Amino acid sequence: MKRSIVPFALFAAALAALPLAGDNHLVQQATFVCMYCALALSWNIIGGYAGYPSFATAAFVGLGSYAGALLQNAGVPMVLAWVLATLVTGLFAALLGYGLLRMKGHYFAVGSIAIVEVLRLVVSSWSGLTGGGEGLNLPILAGGPAFAGMVFLYAMLAVMVLAFAMTVLVDRGRLGFGLQCIQQNEDAADMVGVDVVRTKTAGFALSALFCGTVGAISASWVAYIAPTDAFNILTTLKVPVMVLLGGPGTVLGPVLGATSFVVIEQVVWARFLDYNQAALGIVVVLLVFFLPGGLLGRLRQRRPARTPQAGPGGAA
Amino acid sequence: MVYLQVLANGLTLGALYACLAVGFSLVWGVLNVINMLHGSMIILGGYLTYFAWLHWQVHPLVALLPVSALVFLLGWVLQAGLVNRLVHRPVLTTLTVTFGLDLVLYNAMNVLFDATPRRITLDLGTLALGDVVVAWDRILAFALALALTGLLYLVLRSSRAGRAIVAVRMDRDAAALMGIRIHRVYAMTFAIGAGLAGACGALMAMVFPVTTNLSGLLLGKAFVVCVIGGLGTVPGALLGGLVLGLVESFAGHWFGPQNAVLVGFLLMLGLLMTRPTGLLGRRGYE
Repeated sequence: MKRSIVPFALFAAALAALPLAGDNHLVQQATFVCMYCALALSWNIIGGYAGYPSFATAAFVGLGSYAGALLQNAGVPMVLAWVLATLVTGLFAALLGYGLLRMKGHYFAVGSIAIVEVLRLVVSSWSGLTGGGEGLNLPILAGGPAFAGMVFLYAMLAVMVLAFAMTVLVDRGRLGFGLQCIQQNEDAADMVGVDVVRTKTAGFALSALFCGTVGAISASWVAYIAPTDAFNILTTLKVPVMVLLGGPGTVLGPVLGATSFVVIEQVVWARFLDYNQAALGIVVVLLVFFLPGGLLGRLRQRRPARTPQAGPGGAA
Repeated sequence: MVYLQVLANGLTLGALYACLAVGFSLVWGVLNVINMLHGSMIILGGYLTYFAWLHWQVHPLVALLPVSALVFLLGWVLQAGLVNRLVHRPVLTTLTVTFGLDLVLYNAMNVLFDATPRRITLDLGTLALGDVVVAWDRILAFALALALTGLLYLVLRSSRAGRAIVAVRMDRDAAALMGIRIHRVYAMTFAIGAGLAGACGALMAMVFPVTTNLSGLLLGKAFVVCVIGGLGTVPGALLGGLVLGLVESFAGHWFGPQNAVLVGFLLMLGLLMTRPTGLLGRRGYE
């Protein structure tokens, strides 16, 4: 376990020190890294540990961003709005999980994508409350772009650290054990006394919680939200890919995956402006073919293989 | 009677939905793969038909078969070359791969054809039965959509390849023991799904403006139809398509067109939670 916490602490400290470099673009990229790490860590709880292919990430991000925006526009202070948006999203997911988690496999995947679409359509047509397709404006944070950039970097960094702490606790605790049992064989888990419904619902709610925070913070960051951006179907598909890239069901995998993905995406964007989606698609396909257990799986596979080679006869 | 008009609109739309989803449902049922490419394949069929009509004045009815054959080939190549290697992996893996391929196809179509909405205008006039008015091109698309769906049913019931597909759908391992080459059946199934998507795109281009941005929406319709009717059966897709067409048509009439799609999705979620095997509630074909 220490093997995971120490590298993560170093990584978080490096990100926290970035504003010292004084490059606003770099700070923005670091904020994206923190944001996707938090989302990937969250998804990993239900998708990695429990093995439920959830595509509801964008639904929770969108819900959080609208909850945060509406609260902030009603005069609630920014940070309190973020906290409340988190709670709203977690509660929503807990209630939703009760119905949604009865499904398995493809049906669960399709049901969870449908949640994104349903919320997007509701927000689009409820224009009295949400501004409909025109979206909502939020108050812009005073203090200039460099200051605002730093505030949002630290906010996202804090969410990432919280999501990581949650993952460590889940990984060590009963909940993580129960979720892993469910992944291996749900009926058997039920038989040996895992409260399947409760465990799955708790996992699902936890996987949504910090997505809501991320949504609320990014709404304040961009200072404008609209249905198609908030409930972005690409986000919902990108986050699982990040976890697959890093190594699902591990503590450090999502962080590794999300960070590499953001870096790859940046390179791809810069090189292939017209073909960036195609390039991303090719990366995704190659990844599934050549890195089935994720980057972390690759690293772990090699480690035991090296030990015998260290002996005198291991000159292979 | 305004309701008769709404009913007629719903039925013509529903037949297109059935045709749109039947290939997707077949692939899902037989391969246990959610083909995220399906929406883009429909658009590809629509675009190819449109450009054949625009540049070489090929009538869409003539273009239907060649276009469908081209998309069929694309499906064969993708399945035999890529997806077959992963077909027994978990849901998330195959879904991710087809999503990656979809990004490539979508991007390629945007660059090659750009995303302008395109529609073939045949100007066939309208048919008036009392107060109900239906455009002839819609009736044509309706009839062809039903014909294609029926054709698939016949192929599955009476051809050798069709029986092999049904056998693999029922029990993969038993089918393999009977000497059926499953990976070839998978490629065939995926290609049939793709070919139907292409044909459906050709029909759509005659009725609606087609654009790459529609591909996600069409994929969503395919999901909903599959869940309503049940997976992997032709009658299920037909029923699901017609139900969805009617539900959207009537919901649009009562709650406004912007909420029609929402009602469709809510119906799907409700069914998923209560009757995950669909309205027909059967597994397998026949």
